[in-house]
Amino acid sequence: MAQIQPRTPGGKAVRYGIPVAVVGIAAATVGLVPALASSGNPDLPEISAQKLVEKMAASDTEHMSGTVKVSADLGLPGMPGMDAGSGKQGGGLFGGGPHGDGPGGDGKGGGKGSTAQPQEKLMELASGEHTLRVATDGPDRQRVSVVEEAAEYSWIHNGNEAWAYDSGSDSALHVVAPEDAVSKDGGHGGKLHKGLGNATPQEAAREVLKATEDTASVSVDGTAQVAGRDAYQLVVKPKGAPHSTVDSVRIAVDAENGTPLKFTLSPKGGGKPVVEAVYTKVDFGKPSAGTFDFKPPKGTDVTEQKLDGKALREHHGKSGHHGTSEKGGKPGKDVRPELSGLNTIGKGWGAVAELKAPDGALGGLPGMGGGEPEGGSKSSQAEEMLDSFTEKAEGDFGQGRVFKTRLVNALMTEDGTVYVGAVSKEGLIKAAEAAGR
Amino acid sequence: MSRAELAGQDGRFAAGADGTNPGGAGAAAGGRPSARRVWPLFRSEVLMTFRRWRTLALLGVLAAVPVLVGIAVRIETGGADDGGGGGGGPAFISQITNNGLFLVFTSLAVTLPFFLPMTVGVVAGDSVAGEAGAGTLRYLLVAPAGRTRLLLVKFAGTMVFCLAATLVVAVFALGTGVLLFPVGEVTLLSGTTVPFSDGLLRALAIAVAVALSLTGLAALGLFVSTLTNSGIAAMATTVGLLLTVQIVDTVPQLHAVHPYLFTHYWLSFADLLRAPVYWEELLRNAGVQALYAAVFGSAAWARFTTRDITA
Repeated sequence: MAQIQPRTPGGKAVRYGIPVAVVGIAAATVGLVPALASSGNPDLPEISAQKLVEKMAASDTEHMSGTVKVSADLGLPGMPGMDAGSGKQGGGLFGGGPHGDGPGGDGKGGGKGSTAQPQEKLMELASGEHTLRVATDGPDRQRVSVVEEAAEYSWIHNGNEAWAYDSGSDSALHVVAPEDAVSKDGGHGGKLHKGLGNATPQEAAREVLKATEDTASVSVDGTAQVAGRDAYQLVVKPKGAPHSTVDSVRIAVDAENGTPLKFTLSPKGGGKPVVEAVYTKVDFGKPSAGTFDFKPPKGTDVTEQKLDGKALREHHGKSGHHGTSEKGGKPGKDVRPELSGLNTIGKGWGAVAELKAPDGALGGLPGMGGGEPEGGSKSSQAEEMLDSFTEKAEGDFGQGRVFKTRLVNALMTEDGTVYVGAVSKEGLIKAAEAAGR
Repeated sequence: MSRAELAGQDGRFAAGADGTNPGGAGAAAGGRPSARRVWPLFRSEVLMTFRRWRTLALLGVLAAVPVLVGIAVRIETGGADDGGGGGGGPAFISQITNNGLFLVFTSLAVTLPFFLPMTVGVVAGDSVAGEAGAGTLRYLLVAPAGRTRLLLVKFAGTMVFCLAATLVVAVFALGTGVLLFPVGEVTLLSGTTVPFSDGLLRALAIAVAVALSLTGLAALGLFVSTLTNSGIAAMATTVGLLLTVQIVDTVPQLHAVHPYLFTHYWLSFADLLRAPVYWEELLRNAGVQALYAAVFGSAAWARFTTRDITA
């Protein structure tokens, strides 16, 4: 067969070198650019921790917009049917979310009907990586959007009303606060926006500072660049709480206006941070007014919710900015009646919440020892399964089971009491023994 | 038979295609490619592609998808009923009943994972190998265009097909959407409402973004196509690689390599429907496509300019 040969027979290897070189350059770029970009620590004047905290507290950034990357790695086992449990941790971390303290799982109950319920989104945020887009224009207008694949969940607060719009399911939630309530404490407006705002570095930083006033050592640890802005690094370490699972909380504070730009919570066990919320892009200009307008499209499922009296309290409970019992150590004032037995042991970082679960709530957990109606059906298989994600614990309270995550641990004793806290297993056992006395 | 003989024999072929340099042999190696020389070749390449029954059949399949989706949604919702069907199904499908324009986005989201790239794989895979298989490649090579330019023309022709295929889906979806559903103001994913004209512009931008998303695959197909003399083998390999990459992209354990797969950011076109537009993934997609185009484009060039053409 006749051949047509190339006109330039030589240099074959050279020519193949080009694609190889392109791959090499690309790989080098991917590997080097992030390293180079993050190495530049800006030179900033020294500042004391006290001053920095004050600066952060005094910062009232009126207008801003930006993109936030939130990643959470709580180390939850991927167990089906454990959704209620993950809700619990999510609530604790963001100071919001459904307080799924009752193992019965409250998160699901609240979420039927419209899928635009903010608490369900918060649950999603509690695991994995998410991108949020936020915009703020004064205390009355905020917007938080969760960027999803080919969909978006937006929480838009404007004046005395708030909209949640889920483009994926084309459903919306409309919450209206009565006029007088807004004027009272400037406040329900503020409450309206908390639905998802808790996931931003600002709110997370505020929660931590509030919770830890004098139980932590606060120091300034160098500087960093976040979203192209110079920032101081504030490190908060728990003090006098040997059993706390929290190693440290790092907050990058904008050097100019004191806005927290990055929030990192590292566990004692080391490894990846449990929670990290960081601005990847930030702009302190005024967002365009249209950003906060929302008109539900034709045909969208709209759920109306009025915020007055009883309904308000309900929402209040749902969006969950009552004291976070695990972290803040504040006893939850508005805990639902069926969990009447909640009280807090210890305070600050070592705080443990004790809850008496309603009877039967633990029915789904065989092998919890006696006193259980379904106790007879406990099989060795169920026991094995239980062993795979809990640990046995013993103490004055008898036998119990410890459910572990990287941050929050829970101890269930045989009488159905649950101890939850961001403390180690030993801490939980101690707390349970202290409570038994 | 030597190259020179062939060139002499087919001088008239070369003259027919170009008219300037019937000698052929040294043309490409020496002279700079000028637009005047490349253009007729490009035009004949595009005309060749779109005159083929196979191409028309592929476009027909692509045109049928939005029509079928539209009719199915129309029948399922029974006209005036509310369309709160929940979050299942492909992206945007729940909004179609309220605004026909969303059929464009749904159709692109439905065809992008498989139908569109499959047609591109067929066209790209066949581009060089098909000519070799049919025995026409040698005639093209003795024409004064030269190998590099021929390859560029093939790649450009494939890209034209990418854009045409995307536009066929978009236009048929728009037509079906307007006929079957109400149209009007568009509510973006972020909840912002924009006028219909703005929505149309965004739809056009999305079609272009989708076409650009196929660049990487087109380059990959072209490279595969230079490796073999069998058009069928090149097509099958390209589509097979596409499927493999799509599967790898769904395996969570392999998440470390996902950002480097050419299919990973394909659905980022939806970010054009946010307000403000979320550019990060769109730009990453463009970067990944450019990288694939550079790597496999240059690999195809290295292979094609140094290989012996035996058919």
